[in-house]
Amino acid sequence: MPAPAKKPSLPDGLVAVVKRDCPTCALIEPVLRQLKAAGRRLTVYTQDDPTFPSGVDVVDDRELEVSWHHAVETVPTLMRVESGAEVERTVGWNRKDWEALTGVGGLGTTLPAHRPGCGSLSVDPDKADALVVRFSGSKLKSRRIELASLEDEVESLFERGWTDGLPGVPPTEGRVLRMLEGTARSPDEVVAVAPPDLIAVTVEKVAINAVMAGCKPEYLPVVLAAVEAACTDEFNIHGVLATTMPVGPIVVVNGPIRRAIGMNTGVNVLGQGNRAGLTIGRALQLVIRNVGGGRPGEVDRATHGSPGKLSFCFAEDEEGSPWEPLSVQRGFTSGISTVTLFAGEGTRCVIDQHSRKPESLVSSFAVSLRAVHHPKLALGFDAILVVGPEHARVFREAGWTKARVLEEIDARLQLPGGDLVRGANGIEEGMPGHFLSDTLPKFRPGGLLLIHAGGSAGLFSEIIGGWVSGPGGSQPTTKEVRP
Amino acid sequence: MTILLDPTSERAVAKRTLVARPSSLKGKVVGLLDISKPRGDVFLDRIAERLADDGATALRFAKPTYTKPAPVDLRQEVAAKCDVLIEALAD
Repeated sequence: MPAPAKKPSLPDGLVAVVKRDCPTCALIEPVLRQLKAAGRRLTVYTQDDPTFPSGVDVVDDRELEVSWHHAVETVPTLMRVESGAEVERTVGWNRKDWEALTGVGGLGTTLPAHRPGCGSLSVDPDKADALVVRFSGSKLKSRRIELASLEDEVESLFERGWTDGLPGVPPTEGRVLRMLEGTARSPDEVVAVAPPDLIAVTVEKVAINAVMAGCKPEYLPVVLAAVEAACTDEFNIHGVLATTMPVGPIVVVNGPIRRAIGMNTGVNVLGQGNRAGLTIGRALQLVIRNVGGGRPGEVDRATHGSPGKLSFCFAEDEEGSPWEPLSVQRGFTSGISTVTLFAGEGTRCVIDQHSRKPESLVSSFAVSLRAVHHPKLALGFDAILVVGPEHARVFREAGWTKARVLEEIDARLQLPGGDLVRGANGIEEGMPGHFLSDTLPKFRPGGLLLIHAGGSAGLFSEIIGGWVSGPGGSQPTTKEVRP
Repeated sequence: MTILLDPTSERAVAKRTLVARPSSLKGKVVGLLDISKPRGDVFLDRIAERLADDGATALRFAKPTYTKPAPVDLRQEVAAKCDVLIEALAD
């Protein structure tokens, strides 16, 4: 583990950072001597050659410690330091700026008035990762695992039982530190307590698993919000993990973050091809696997599982929707980025290529939704209906609000107990016999969620059946995505 | 040389030894835990009858919902009152 890195302080007076390899630095070498001759207290840090520049006090910064800690991106950089704190900075060579900063007139009068600088070695792409690890790696608390020289990095993840069956990106310190730049939260902040082992999950552990899943740093806030939502009593990821039913955590993203990180809301929205969606959903499941300790065949007892248990994360097409987004339906203000977690199975398609009247289309939805898990089971399961744009158009043209659509579906799913009870229609499965004379709704109030997404062609919508609904099972859970 | 960061909880799993199996249930208190799945009670009713025949005392417990782990209070009550526990999964 690297030694704790402390930001080195700068001496008072003028501080310049240069490298010999930079023509602008070579150009201003006489200017530095001129400043010294003018009696200014000047310290020059050199990144590549301690004999450069000549005639001034040079400090060797070939380790780039000062350059890195003081965020030098360009050489030359000239700073003015008072009582140990930087008060002013200029980069490159600009005579007016240098004269203003130093208070010395007539600097480099034979030189061009200005020249841009060069890239600092501390931000050289070949060195940047190693420098981040060297100077800030100590803030990471996780155990370091040194691979043997003949060990393949990708294979090592499989051998240690850390992956979901697909290859993962090896979580090196450099990659994890870069991932952590995606959030303002501290690496040691606890995000949630993850079942089944009830482990306090830190931002750092989420970042490590996000690296393995293939996330970019800007996805991390979404992953953090998803982990937070999954580990609530309300969502009950323990039960979702442990159940024999084929469900997993489905992550629906709303708000500006969808576009900011390039999520797909259109063609093939629930399919392959979009890195953000696929890796965010995967990162959540890797956190549950690796930190929570929930693995298939152990606490995860699914009879069949579902491909969505690898990753199931998508974003709503809010811009093209005739309705308010899911996040607003869930009580959040429009413009706030959220994740909504839903315990759900795979998708099934509702084909309706003939309905042009909303009454006909909601009837198609209703008969299809009745089959969620079993046509004779009512009230036990929530569902998501992902309404495709061509279906949504029918409702837009008719002026039907989301609330209206939900009411109309509900009205068509008031099921007579005589059709539902065990034994009815020659099927032993069904509702208990005491419901014989009742009328039961297929879904509990609020148990059906409408989301607008998909490609612009195709008169299709998609049903995603839920798991045991309500406080005794899993409830849709929405959390704000925070930076 | 590659150094990776451990993605797991780094937890050492606590190992607990099982209580020794009683040679007889006679005079023992046996907890019957219904996890609240359909027809779990049918199974446990029959077990309770068999236990009475064996001279054991049966105490009934139920989880509030089968979808979540048993609450801590319930686990402690079972541990405090019972010598043996039988848990009914069902469907």
